[in-house]
Amino acid sequence: MSAVPTTGATWPGSYGDEARPRVGFFTDTSICIGCKACEVACKEWNLVPEDGLVFTGESYDNTSALGANSWRHVAFVEQERPLRVPTADPIAVDGDTAVARTDGDALRWLMSSDVCKHCTHAACLDVCPTGALFRTEYGTVVVQEDVCNGCGYCVPACPFGVIDQRELPDEHGRPDGRVWKCTLCYDRLEGGLEPACAKACPTDSIQFGELDELRARAERRLAKLEGEGWVGARLYGNDPGDGVGGFGAFFLLLDAPEVYGLPPDPVVTTRDLPGAWKAAGVAMGALALGLAACASRLLGGGR
Amino acid sequence: MSEHGTNGDRGYYGRPVLKAPVWKPQIPFYFFTGGLGGASAVLALAARATGRSRLARASSLVGLAADVVSPLLLITDLGRPERFHHMLRMLRVTSPMSVGSWVLAGEGAASGAAVALDLTGRLPRVRTAAEVASAVLGPPLATYTAVLVANTAVPVWHEARRELPFVFAASSAASAGAAALPFVPPEEAGPARRAIVAGVVGELVATEAMKRRLGELAGPYRSGRAARLDRAASALSVGGAVVTTALGRRSRVAASAGGALVLGGAMLRRWSVFVAGRESALDPAATIGPQRARLEGREATRA
Repeated sequence: MSAVPTTGATWPGSYGDEARPRVGFFTDTSICIGCKACEVACKEWNLVPEDGLVFTGESYDNTSALGANSWRHVAFVEQERPLRVPTADPIAVDGDTAVARTDGDALRWLMSSDVCKHCTHAACLDVCPTGALFRTEYGTVVVQEDVCNGCGYCVPACPFGVIDQRELPDEHGRPDGRVWKCTLCYDRLEGGLEPACAKACPTDSIQFGELDELRARAERRLAKLEGEGWVGARLYGNDPGDGVGGFGAFFLLLDAPEVYGLPPDPVVTTRDLPGAWKAAGVAMGALALGLAACASRLLGGGR
Repeated sequence: MSEHGTNGDRGYYGRPVLKAPVWKPQIPFYFFTGGLGGASAVLALAARATGRSRLARASSLVGLAADVVSPLLLITDLGRPERFHHMLRMLRVTSPMSVGSWVLAGEGAASGAAVALDLTGRLPRVRTAAEVASAVLGPPLATYTAVLVANTAVPVWHEARRELPFVFAASSAASAGAAALPFVPPEEAGPARRAIVAGVVGELVATEAMKRRLGELAGPYRSGRAARLDRAASALSVGGAVVTTALGRRSRVAASAGGALVLGGAMLRRWSVFVAGRESALDPAATIGPQRARLEGREATRA
């Protein structure tokens, strides 16, 4: 991101002595049981309003997507594939339905609790014109609800479709109009507590902690699953070299990210901003010179 | 995709990966008025420099009208209109909306001063300074909105970041010429008529270049609502350019009618781009497909 100029010091330097180690989530979907305790705990703690009770028919998922009123979302994927195979070489059988028939259990049910990724290079934060979105001393990305004026720029900027505008009434009965998303329970962190979803998770599928420690733990977990012959296990968002500089909240998935509705190769849009401005600079010059030429006596013969 | 056992590019139950922009119709209309205001300021100065005081005054007035309407459109689009001034809490260079808010504020002040001094005939040197300032801010005002939409995760906008500024700049030039025609006698409106022809030709070329660059992602411009708006925009722009060129030299009424067509074309062009963005954001294949191809390309190079 060195190509993109930033205003002032960046995290953690901007916090000086108040900087804290970066924290995040490691969501290990291999042990998610789809109980949705995370969704409920999040709504309860953060006073996230109820936004309609619907039946989608899409497995056990009636939340459907993250949004202004759903800061955790458990995805349910039904596949005719084995969860794991009795071999130490899972690559040889990956994607082969013939193996699924021999396994004796042809249906696997994938569940994954999605959340804001708290990107290292966060597009929502980069494009926010008011400074409502900011990076906390923990390296997380949070919206200040008393600053957001609902311009909506962060909504299409997020490569994961996480943040959205709330249309439900606020405490005064008017349409809220501001954007909302996971705060990684900023208030609980300040009180020394772990986020509500991680606290409520009965299987420790959602693990909260310092990011460095979580990344090391995830590598060990992946190696273990691969050794046991799990099909398609992979880490998603653990690589600081990816298009958003790595996620603060990353995942162990059992299939390709898009199967869970996640983008396979997300990129922070501001990475390409200098190129867009360069093109605009040329367009601006063409506009000025073009109109000057239209008025020029040389071209117009005085009319 | 089959090797990953995914359902192709449909992702998770065909649900969008991204959130569609939440902007209301005021925003594409502002793309039009902002372009009109910015290009009119340039045309006004060009007219002034070549001794066409009636064209200069007409373009200044048109520009000021656009600069007054623009913030009203933007403010009424906000989720929290009473917090509009939060836009000027800070300058964030990674946010074209932040940069653009300052440009619009400056343009409004400069063009307001220029018109006031022109009508009262006072302080001619200050008036000239205001006209120059207004003309300098004009091209950025006309094109930053293209950078703004390109600086999102929406594929049809982001991947068109090199061409969109030219589409907006050219369309703005045509608008400025068209809007001045009713207020200027034909013998002094030469620059405005030429701006229409140059602008419309530039707009068509840039739009075509954009579609070619987008390739498969250009789907919204090929069929559906954005495509219909795209075709209507081209028809109106070309029709208006023909009318003003053929009849505008003799009749101010004909010139005004042709100008109205050009203005309609410029407005529909921004609508087309706006609607295409919404359609692209809601199409999971547009997000997943190129990312998956990019990822597999990288993996192939590594292997």
